[in-house]
Order: sequence, then C-alpha cells, then structure tokens
Amino acid sequence: MSATTQAPAFTSDPETRRRLGRRRALIDAGVRWFCLGATVVGLLFLASIMATLLWRGLAALDFIVLTQEFQPTRYGDDTLPKGGLVHAIVGSILQSGIAILIGTPVGLLVGTYLAEYARGSGFGHTVRFVSDILLSAPSILVGLFIYQTVVLPTGGFSGIAGALALAIIVIPVVVRTTEDMLQLLPNTLREAVVALGAPRWKMITLVAWRAALPGIVTGVLLAFARIVGETAPLLLTSFGNNVLSTDLSRAMASLPVAIYQQANSGFPDLIEIAWSGALIVTFGVLAINIMARVALRPRK
Amino acid sequence: MNDVSMAAAMTAEQAQAAAATAPPRIAIRNLDFFYAPGLPKALKGITLDIPDRQVTGMIGPSGCGKSTLLRVLNRMYSLYPGQRAEGEVILDGRNLVGPDVDINELRARIGMVFQKPTPFPMTIFENIAFGVRLHERLGKAQMAERVEWALTRAAIWNEVKDRLHSSALGLSGGQQQRLCIARSIAVRPEVILLDEPTSALDPISTLKIEELVDELKKDFTIVIVTHNMQQAARCADQVAFFYLGELIEVGPAAQMFTAPRHPKTQEYITGRFG
Repeated sequence: MSATTQAPAFTSDPETRRRLGRRRALIDAGVRWFCLGATVVGLLFLASIMATLLWRGLAALDFIVLTQEFQPTRYGDDTLPKGGLVHAIVGSILQSGIAILIGTPVGLLVGTYLAEYARGSGFGHTVRFVSDILLSAPSILVGLFIYQTVVLPTGGFSGIAGALALAIIVIPVVVRTTEDMLQLLPNTLREAVVALGAPRWKMITLVAWRAALPGIVTGVLLAFARIVGETAPLLLTSFGNNVLSTDLSRAMASLPVAIYQQANSGFPDLIEIAWSGALIVTFGVLAINIMARVALRPRK
Repeated sequence: MNDVSMAAAMTAEQAQAAAATAPPRIAIRNLDFFYAPGLPKALKGITLDIPDRQVTGMIGPSGCGKSTLLRVLNRMYSLYPGQRAEGEVILDGRNLVGPDVDINELRARIGMVFQKPTPFPMTIFENIAFGVRLHERLGKAQMAERVEWALTRAAIWNEVKDRLHSSALGLSGGQQQRLCIARSIAVRPEVILLDEPTSALDPISTLKIEELVDELKKDFTIVIVTHNMQQAARCADQVAFFYLGELIEVGPAAQMFTAPRHPKTQEYITGRFG
C-alpha cells in the first residue's frame, strides 16, 4: 500500500507507555471505589429507613390495627381500647381505586394521541410539555386546585374530591408511560397491520395497545403506587376521618393522612399506630412495584 | 449443450411474448414520487407493466427507489403526510394513486410482506384471522378452514398445526416470515408485494420462501424487491433494474442476467457497484 495509508509508528517509549498504563489503572480503581462508596452510603440510608420502619411498625402491627377504627386515647390510661387503621386502609383503597379508574382512560387516550396521531406536531409538543409539567408539579397544588373547584362549590370535604385530586396525579404518569411504550413499537408493525387493510383505529386498539400492554399496565401500577402514598392533595380534599366511611360525598380517611395526623398527635400509642400505617403503605407500594415488574417481564 | 441454451432462449422468448400479450395486472404510467415538498423526486417517470400471475423482481442499489415504488402500489406512503405520488398506477381500469380510492379495500387486494417478520402479539391462529376479519364475516368453521388454507399455502401448516393457539412470537424468524405471508394470503389478495422478504433470514429459510414464491405465482401476481441477484434470477420472470429513481431497464429474467441492454445494468449485476 502507499505510504499515506500506513499506520503511524509508536511515538512514545516503553517507559512512557508503562507510566500511562499505571495512571489508567489508578484512575480506574479510584472511580470504582468512589462509585462503590456512594452506593454503600445510599444503601445504608435505605437500610436504616427500612430497619426503623420494620422495627417500629411491626411493634404495633396486629389484627386490631388492620380491623379496628380510630379510638380516642388519654395519657397514662391503659383501660381505653386500642384503635386501628381500617378506616384509613379502606379510604385509601377507595380513593386510589377511583382515581385509577378515572385517570387511566384519560391518560391512555392522551398518550395514544401523542404517540399515534400527534408525532412531530406543534400541538402534540405543547400537550406533552404540559403533561410533563403536571408530572412534576407539587401535589399540594393539585389539592388546592380541587379545593377551589370541587370542595368549595360542593360545600365540604369529600372522598370524591380526594379521588379527583389523585386522578389528576395519575393522568400524566399514564400519559408518559403509554406514549413511551407506543413509541417503542417498531413502525413496521404498524405498517404490517395497515397493509392488511386495517383502518388506523383498529391498528391502534387491536394491535398497538396489545403490543404495549405490559408497559401500559406497569405505568398504571406505578401511578397507583405513587398516589397511595400522597398526603398533600388529600389534606385539602378528603381531609381525613376517624371512622370507617364509604360515603364518597363526605370526608374520608386515608393512610397517609392518618399517619400524618396520628404521628403529630403526641400520644405514644397513636404514634405507634402511625408507624404500622407507614409499614402498611410501604409494603403495599413495594408489592405493587413487584407486580409491575412481573407484568413487564417478557412472556414466552 | 446447444440444445439447452436453445431451450433457455425459447422459454425466455415465450415468457416475453406471454408478458407482452397478456394484459398487465398493474400498469404503472409516468409515476413520480416525492417524499416531501421541495425534495427531489424519489421516482422519476416510471412506466412499467406488472404481468398477471408472474413474479416481477425489482433490483438496484440502495436508495434507487425500488422499495419506494413497492410502497406506492399499496398506498403505504399515505400513512405519512407530505409524501405524494403523481402519475398513474392502473389496477382494473382505476388509478390507485388518484383521489377517492378506498385505501383499505385496495390493501385487501394488494398484500405486503416486509423485510423483518412482523408477527402480531397474539396467537398464530389470531394472526391469520386478524386480516380476514377486517374484510369478511366468517363462521367459526369457515374461519378455521381459511386459516388452515392460508397456512398450508404458505408451507407452514405442518409446523404450526399443533400450536395454533400459542403465541406467534415464539416462532423462529423463518417461520414468522411464512406466517406473515400466510396472513397476507388469507385475505385473498390479487397481488402480493414482498419487500426484501429474506434479507433477515438464514439460507434454509430463504430457500423455503423462494420455493413458496414459485408456488404462489400460480394464483397471485407477485412483486419482489431484492438485493440478491441470485434470488432475482431464481424467482423472477421479469426483472426491473432501478437506479437513482429511474427505471433503467426491464426484461425477462433470463435476458436481464445474460444479455442486459444497458451498460448500467451490466455493471450492477456483475457487482461493479451497488
């Protein structure tokens, strides 16, 4: 071959190369230990939180906590019956469930619009931007919004107001995951459906949604996990309630609000119950996250 | 030796004669194609006859327009705003790139199989039934019959008959591609477009698809885009060579590969460029 295509000769001597090699090895080791150290610090915090939660939560967690309503308490009085959190558990499931039922269809349709119809359109970009803002908006704002638009006009706190506030938090989460999952589908899949003579809406509902289903389900479960732990929007909407109530037109208890109220009460036995409530929420969310992972696992 | 080449010449001539006399299934006239306003033409004044129940092979280097032409024939480009075809593509006396064409009905008549297998995320049976349901109302027994017929025609029935109700995603690449061909056939189109159907497959699967194409041309008009000269030579009756958006030369396969008229064709098929 001609001289121009020849590889340049090594310009450095063996000693320089050895020194550079040592330098690389040193930096490599440094970065590795730094990363490992950061991981350990992060995990330590997490482990310490989990340990405290388990320690304090398990101490009070019993059948009564899971089956009884709130009971009033008094300092130094052991004769009063122990209370529980069943009103909060039921309230949380009801409000979060209704929020998912309202938020999922809206989020699914918006996400589908963004991924299938509004690709590259200016309006689509705007909708995506607004949805992303909503995704990271402080949740107390959502509570304030529902307080203004639902609680004040209807004359009081209600479970449905709480569910609506949570639904507003669900929507952008489902929008994002739905859009992302649909974007991941290869375009040839869409073309293959359309090539059989299918109209676009059938392509979307019969094939695209089905192909993206595990991801969409994951998004819904993650949204559920998020709202189950939300306190701020519920303080201003469903407010909390000390008795078991399934009446959506009245104030309704929820686990995060019950934890907030009882942990702030100053009574040691109520604080104990608050810890077990925190344990229930944490493990509920953990269970949902695991379910989401299982749903997303590729099936044979 | 002489006899054999004589025979080859005869068949080539006969094929050409047949192609010339029989009315074309699809007549392409002066077709221009634009991917976006302002971009240069991707197809320039293409005029080509697609003969009925024969295999038309389209060859040419990447970006020459052969896939573009294929995607005009079933109006796939209509999915994308901004893409536009001008000219005529006549099927049964109607210009299918013109306005007021029922695109879904057109796609039922002109099926397409893609480069990469595109099984739908459902069972093998449902994959085949999906397209049929778009256009026909069949009873349970009739549908089962249709599915078996399509899978048999696509030479995959024996491999899948015991697992019709398991996911199509579990099939091998070659099986998936034959499933996709079966899915197209099941709608009973008149024309099948194959866009590099074997470029993602191993040699054995490729051979099976090629044999299948040979079998299917008895009933269907086939257009196949391929980068593989041997494949075009083996499968096609008529071969069209495209270069830079233009149709350079079209003729019977035997003549195109032994005595091309155009020097560019000669260069391409001998591997000088492409």
